[in-house]
Amino acid sequence: MEELGRGFVKAVELIVSLDAEVVEITVRSLMISATSCGIACAICFPLGGLVHFSSFPGKKLFMSLVQTLYSLPTVLVGLFVFVLLSRSGPLGSLGLLFTPAAMVIGQVIFVSPIVLGLAVSALNGLDIALYDAAVGLGASKFQAVLQVMREARYGLLTAAVMGFGRAISEVGLSLMVGGNIKGFTRTLTTAISLETSKGNIELSIALGIVLLVLALMVNLVTGWLQRR
Amino acid sequence: MALIEAIKLEKYYQGRQVLRGISLQIDKGEVLALIGPRGAGKTTLLRILGLLELPSRGEVYFDGVNVTSSGRLRLWARRRMSFVAQKPVVFSGSVRDNVACGLKWRGRNSKSAADRIEAALGLIGMSEYADRDAKALSVGEMQMMALSRALVGEPEVLFLDEPTASLDPVSAARVETVLERLIKLRNMTVVMTTHDMGQGQRLAWRIGVLMAGELLQTGEPREIFCSPATREVAEFVGVENILAGEVVSKSDSLAVIDIGGARLEALTECRLGDLVWVTIRPEDVTFARVREQTSARNVFRGVVTKVAGVGALLRIEVDCGFPLLGVLTKKSAEDMGIERGDEVYVSFKATTVHVIRRQQLKL
Repeated sequence: MEELGRGFVKAVELIVSLDAEVVEITVRSLMISATSCGIACAICFPLGGLVHFSSFPGKKLFMSLVQTLYSLPTVLVGLFVFVLLSRSGPLGSLGLLFTPAAMVIGQVIFVSPIVLGLAVSALNGLDIALYDAAVGLGASKFQAVLQVMREARYGLLTAAVMGFGRAISEVGLSLMVGGNIKGFTRTLTTAISLETSKGNIELSIALGIVLLVLALMVNLVTGWLQRR
Repeated sequence: MALIEAIKLEKYYQGRQVLRGISLQIDKGEVLALIGPRGAGKTTLLRILGLLELPSRGEVYFDGVNVTSSGRLRLWARRRMSFVAQKPVVFSGSVRDNVACGLKWRGRNSKSAADRIEAALGLIGMSEYADRDAKALSVGEMQMMALSRALVGEPEVLFLDEPTASLDPVSAARVETVLERLIKLRNMTVVMTTHDMGQGQRLAWRIGVLMAGELLQTGEPREIFCSPATREVAEFVGVENILAGEVVSKSDSLAVIDIGGARLEALTECRLGDLVWVTIRPEDVTFARVREQTSARNVFRGVVTKVAGVGALLRIEVDCGFPLLGVLTKKSAEDMGIERGDEVYVSFKATTVHVIRRQQLKL
C-alpha cells in the first residue's frame, strides 16, 4: 500500500514536470488511436449509411453479428493481424509487423464493429421521413443520404468517440502486433503492462492516470454529445 | 398536353395490391384533390405521382417524358416539384435553415437565395420566426414552415399529402387558408390528398375519388357530389338517400324505377331491366301536409318517423314505402306543424334523382 502511495506522488511529479517519456508515450498513443478511429469512421459511416438505406436478405443477422463483435477479444484480433502480417503470412512482404501501422490495422478491425453498430443505430433513431422530405425537395439520393447523415451527426460523433475510447484503452492487440518497442510502438497500455512487470510502479501509475484522464475526457465528450 | 400523366399504375406491397390500374392526367395549373377513406391508397398514388416511389407496373410521364424507369429523368422531374408530407418533417437548424433546404438541392444560383427565403417566409406569414429553432415550433407552425420550404424553389407542381390531417383544428384552418391564398396567387399545379370531402371541395377544381386502390371517378366537385359514379362514392361524399331499385319502364330518357314496391321517375341513361342505385339529395325533397298540384313527378304519402336537428335545419325521416330523408328549416316545420308520427306528402322532381347503374355481381 505504501508503495502505491509513493508511486502516486511520483506519478504526479512525472506528469506535472511533463516527463519526456510520459509525454512521448501519450502522444504516440493518441496518434495511433486517433488514426485508427478516423479510418474506422471513414469506413463505417458510409457503410452504415449503406446498411441503413438498403434492404438485403440477412440484414438483421448481419447487425446481430456486428453487435456480437462489440465484445471481440483484442487478442483474437491480435492473432489474426499477426498471422496476416507475419513474414510467412499473406501480407508478410509489406514488413508491417511490429510497426505502428500494424497496430492501426489491428485497432481499425477491433473498433469497427462498435463504430458501425452505433452509426447504424444513430441513423435508425431518426425519423424515416427525413430522407423522403429531402427527396421531396429535389435532393438526389446521395444528397438525401448526406442530409440524413447530417441530422445524425451527434449520434455519429458518439460512435466515433466510443471507438476512440476502445482503441486507446486496449492492450492485447498492441502488444502482439506492435511489439512494445521503446520509442516506436510503445503506447500507454503496453508501457503500463511492461513497467509494472519491471517493478517500475511510479511510471505505471503516472501512465495509468493519464489513461484514466483521457478516458474521463472521452466520457465527458460522449455525455455532452448525447445531451445535445 | 397534360403535365403529369399516369398510365395503368399498379402497386403491390408484400403481395397485397394497393393500387389497381390507375390512369390519370393532370393539366398544368390545375388543382386536383384525391379523396377517399383512409387506406384507399391515396398516399401511395401521390407518392408515385411525386416520384418518391416506383409503381409495380405502369408508367408516369412528366411534361411528356416517361420518367418511370430512369433515375436521372426522375431527378430532373423531381427538381421541378415539391412534396409536403402529412406529418411535418423538420431538419435541424433554424426556420431559415429549413427553408434554405428547399433551394439548396435544386442548384439555383445562391445570389438571390436570401431574398427568396425571406419572400417564402413572408408568403406564409412566418418572417418573424426565421431565426427560431425549427424543432421548437408547434406542429402547425412546422407544417407552415414545410409549406414555405416547399414553395421557396418555385416548383411547377406542389404535392400535398393530407396537409392538415395531423394538425389541431385551429392550425388546420390556418394552413388551409394559406393554401387557398397560394393557389389563387400562383399559377401552380397542385395535387393533394385528403380524406375530408369538404377540404377537397374548398381547395380543388377537380376531384378524384379513390377507393380500395381504384380511381372510381374524377370530375369537378359539384359533379362528384351531384352525380356520384358508384354507391361507394355516393356514400363517401355524404349523399344520404341511397336506394336500390330496378328500371321497370323507359321512354326517352324518363325511366320508372321500382324501389321495393314504390315507383319513382327519374332521368337516366340506364336501360330497361337495369339494376340501379337511386340517390336523392335531402335538400331536393319538399314537404306538404296535403296533396297539392305540383310539377314534381314524384309525390309520395308517408309517415314522419324521426325529426332531429340542431340549429336552423331539421332532418326529417319519412317512411313512404321506402325511407327518405329530407331537410326543412325549423321555421317551416313549425309553421306546418310537422311532428313525429304525422302523415305528410313528400315530393321531388325527376331531374333531381340521380341514377347509378349497379354493378352486377361477378361470379
